[in-house]
Amino acid sequence: MDAPILAQATQIDTGDTAWMLASTALVLMMTIALGLFYAGLVRAKNALNTFMMCVSAIAIAGVTWALIGYSLAFDGTGDLIGGLNYVALHDVTFAPRDATTIPHLVFFAFQATFCIITVALISGAVVERMRFGPWMVFAALWSVLVYSVLAHWGFGGGWLMEGGTLDFAGGIAVEMASGFSAVAAAIVVGARKDYGRIGLLPHNSVLVLLGGGLLWFGWFGFNGGSGFGTGDPSVLAFTNTLLCPAAALFTWMMLDLIRDRRVTAVGAATAIIAGCVLITPAGGFISPGWALALGVLGAIPVYFLIVYRPRTRVDETLDVLAAHGAAGFLGILVIGFVAQESWNGVSDGWFYGNISQLGDQALAALATPLYAFGMTFVLLKVIGAVMPLRGPDHDESVGMDSIYHGEEAYPSGEGAILVTPEAGEEAPVPVAQP
Amino acid sequence: MKLVIGIVRPEKANDVLEALYRAEVRGISMSRVQGHGGELDRVETYRGTTVKVELSDKVRFEIAVTDPFVQPTIDALCEGARTGEVGDGKIFVVPCERAVRIRTGETDEAAVTPVGA
Repeated sequence: MDAPILAQATQIDTGDTAWMLASTALVLMMTIALGLFYAGLVRAKNALNTFMMCVSAIAIAGVTWALIGYSLAFDGTGDLIGGLNYVALHDVTFAPRDATTIPHLVFFAFQATFCIITVALISGAVVERMRFGPWMVFAALWSVLVYSVLAHWGFGGGWLMEGGTLDFAGGIAVEMASGFSAVAAAIVVGARKDYGRIGLLPHNSVLVLLGGGLLWFGWFGFNGGSGFGTGDPSVLAFTNTLLCPAAALFTWMMLDLIRDRRVTAVGAATAIIAGCVLITPAGGFISPGWALALGVLGAIPVYFLIVYRPRTRVDETLDVLAAHGAAGFLGILVIGFVAQESWNGVSDGWFYGNISQLGDQALAALATPLYAFGMTFVLLKVIGAVMPLRGPDHDESVGMDSIYHGEEAYPSGEGAILVTPEAGEEAPVPVAQP
Repeated sequence: MKLVIGIVRPEKANDVLEALYRAEVRGISMSRVQGHGGELDRVETYRGTTVKVELSDKVRFEIAVTDPFVQPTIDALCEGARTGEVGDGKIFVVPCERAVRIRTGETDEAAVTPVGA
């Protein structure tokens, strides 16, 4: 299917490149938006730590991606894993990336932002108790051992892509990978000490909505850029990124109304994200009408999964499984039903006479969760054997911000005595006599 | 009739509430306060500014009870709030001269006896 595109892929197109530069910046902003969203959902004493887990993903995955991750994901067409030619950006230059009309460097940067946000997404499963050091070690290893592999399978020329599985913007490597890894992480790290005993509530729902809204804004680059240009697939994905989340948001509000006769703000923010995830794999493959239908029908199972999850003993704290894993799973599958060649120029789904597409999609929907869950489980067990994944209960009581960052999200400033350089940090910290 | 004032760690406030509930002590107020009870100062750094934070967040319970309930209230506060580390807090018991339930105009012991008790 790539052959005709390959033939014309010798020229850089300035319009395509301009849009991809903007898209890259939009997607990088999503990681900060996710930080806002997550920080609002946790308690005030853990807000900074939660935000910093997302910020640290930029520091870590941004580097691992350049050094090795990109090469493993996007060099060559090995079945399971790419090659090593692009290690440390070797051969990644101004020349166009194969099958695109944009410079290889831009393609690399765009893909880097995907790796970064996927790592950040998993933090939602372990916030409010995981130590910061092991988190950074995990982020580095996961970005290479799980993300790069799944990115290769899904859109780097690996066995799923070659086998015909369609994934427009990351239902495999981003959404299902983070969602099912999150469950494994929540199981290995364990529940927060007060989970299931007292209510652990979001401390700032305005941050949650702000983060959700900015994620949606960034998602126009995430999906709209995944056509690597300004052609029909990008235009279709862009518009579907407006329609599907809007429909999901509407549906979520109706479900809230029916269940509780009140529409919730945290629910609305969640619905926006679920809607964006639902359309992520399918964005450039299904018609705008089906994107609306996907928003309505896809929001329902995600909604009830989020209602059900807190009744389990798995403290998958910020519901990465429901909002990303389950929604990504549905988005991948739906391509097999309602993809339309008249819209995407690539393939039809079952409803339009090509049932084999559904088989290709189902294969990805089975293989990805298994790999992501299994690898994450093993990875965290190994890290946990070397260093404790969480601190004593006392740290959790006091809050991650104060313990691991020496800062607070909302310091009162009262009773803060300046430590001058002369007094120095070497001076013993005075302890009042009991 | 006494006013029992308990100043405890904020992270133990829920445990105190549970203990008070089990001791059948109803009718409490709590407020967030800041204080210093001899625990280690926290050192925080914001860019180049390093500070010692001498005041810690605490939660202050105020519970007016009849005399037979004084000891159970103290016991519940201790049980809920103790960690064994410096900074667990204090309990003060002070005489309470008068009490009025605003809704009914009941006074003193009747006013601090929970409805339905």
